[in-house]
Amino acid sequence: MNLRRTLATTQRIFGQLRHDRRTVAMMIGLPALLIILMRYVFNSQLVFEHVAPSLLGIFPFIVMFLITSVAMLRERTSGTLERLMAMPIGKLDLLLGYGLAFGTFAVIEVALVTALAVTWLGLTIAGPLALLVLVATLDALLGMALGLFVSAFARTEFQAVQFMPLIAAPQILLCGLFVARDQMATVLLWLSDVMPLSYAVDAVKILAASPTVTAELVRDIVVVAGCVVLALTLGATTLRRRTP
Amino acid sequence: MGADMAVLAAPPEAVAVDGLRVVRGGREVLHGLTLAIPAGSITGLIGPSGCGKTTLMRSIVGVQVVASGRVTVLGLPAGSPGLRRRIGYSTQLPAVYADLTVAENLRYFAAVLGIGAGSIDRVLAEVGLEVQRHQLAGNLSGGQLSRASLAIALLGDPQLLVLDEPTVGLDPVLRDDLWELFHRQATGGVTLLVSSHVMDEAERCPQLVLMRDGAILAHETPDALRSRTGTASLEQAFLYLIRAALGEARS
Repeated sequence: MNLRRTLATTQRIFGQLRHDRRTVAMMIGLPALLIILMRYVFNSQLVFEHVAPSLLGIFPFIVMFLITSVAMLRERTSGTLERLMAMPIGKLDLLLGYGLAFGTFAVIEVALVTALAVTWLGLTIAGPLALLVLVATLDALLGMALGLFVSAFARTEFQAVQFMPLIAAPQILLCGLFVARDQMATVLLWLSDVMPLSYAVDAVKILAASPTVTAELVRDIVVVAGCVVLALTLGATTLRRRTP
Repeated sequence: MGADMAVLAAPPEAVAVDGLRVVRGGREVLHGLTLAIPAGSITGLIGPSGCGKTTLMRSIVGVQVVASGRVTVLGLPAGSPGLRRRIGYSTQLPAVYADLTVAENLRYFAAVLGIGAGSIDRVLAEVGLEVQRHQLAGNLSGGQLSRASLAIALLGDPQLLVLDEPTVGLDPVLRDDLWELFHRQATGGVTLLVSSHVMDEAERCPQLVLMRDGAILAHETPDALRSRTGTASLEQAFLYLIRAALGEARS
């Protein structure tokens, strides 16, 4: 591991995004736009207060999953990954470089959505905001790591974007946003129990509702962090020095 | 003992390939190649597209999964971490970030190699891209893009340059400039392996490796090749060798 190479990678990704302002605007602005839309579609403060915290956990996951799966697929198909793997850069340097770059954007995104939801849309967050940002960042890193992992199984960008519904949609359906987890059929609850997004959404819900840091919240954060490490390890195994 | 040490310190061969077999997609694409490339030489790797040039180059760089055989580069097994700073590699498709400028691309790869930004100006001048340094790579022409990719390979004074079709699609003047650059590099002690599928490039290489169907047909100088086959052009010499190989296979 080498901090200079990690930071160089982060800086390179920032550079790429600087030349692609539309992507940056959508990455940061779309979740904000959607949560405003959501507020007025439900047209009920009560329903909004119930749904909005889950969305704060889901948005960073989806956005980072999409961006990373396509970005990493491009690295693989354009030959830049092969070029890097022939150079003295560690896989971890590359992964952390990505994590730092997209993690930064996740923090900005979450800060904007939360600020909008709290000030304009009347959402109350009872718990510490810093923890909310932490959970959302972990969530973004989870999306990033899984996106990185699935990019190894996509040959084209068409395939890569369709991994989003495959990986994300079941987690969104089962995370407790549409039906409370304790009201699900047993098999579905089992599935929900092994999906990392369930814990991320649960953590945000607790943060919104309770001013104290509960044991369940700590468990949720530990589970999500563990899944990030696991997904990053899986992602790292798909970065090969030698390819067939 | 002293002589042995001298041999160890300066291996006469920059690249030694011994019985290299590579299988891709269930098909054997390199059938036990053996090849030695002397240090400080320019070797042209010539053959039709699909003959295995790129696979051989990838094996030397150490990014290719190899079925069997041994590849030694600068005295170390190919793919050794110690080689990653000493080999400059440019792929056939330009491996650059299209959404970065030429200078930003070079700055990133220079940082990865752990060298200062000073060599960026040098390599830009060497490939003739000073004017385009602040252009997005995605807006460059095909020839400019492949020169940008070549510039990255030149960063950090590598001892071995593995260049896959670096002169494809360039205008004759630029092509001439690049060959001059290659010769300057070789004079400075750098070993170059340059592939091409066009025969007229072969004339410019002091050493030729002719490949076809995953096998090496010849490894010699252009003059030796012409006189051995009794032909006037390299194109004819290549044809002669292919027919001879086919005749041997038949009998």
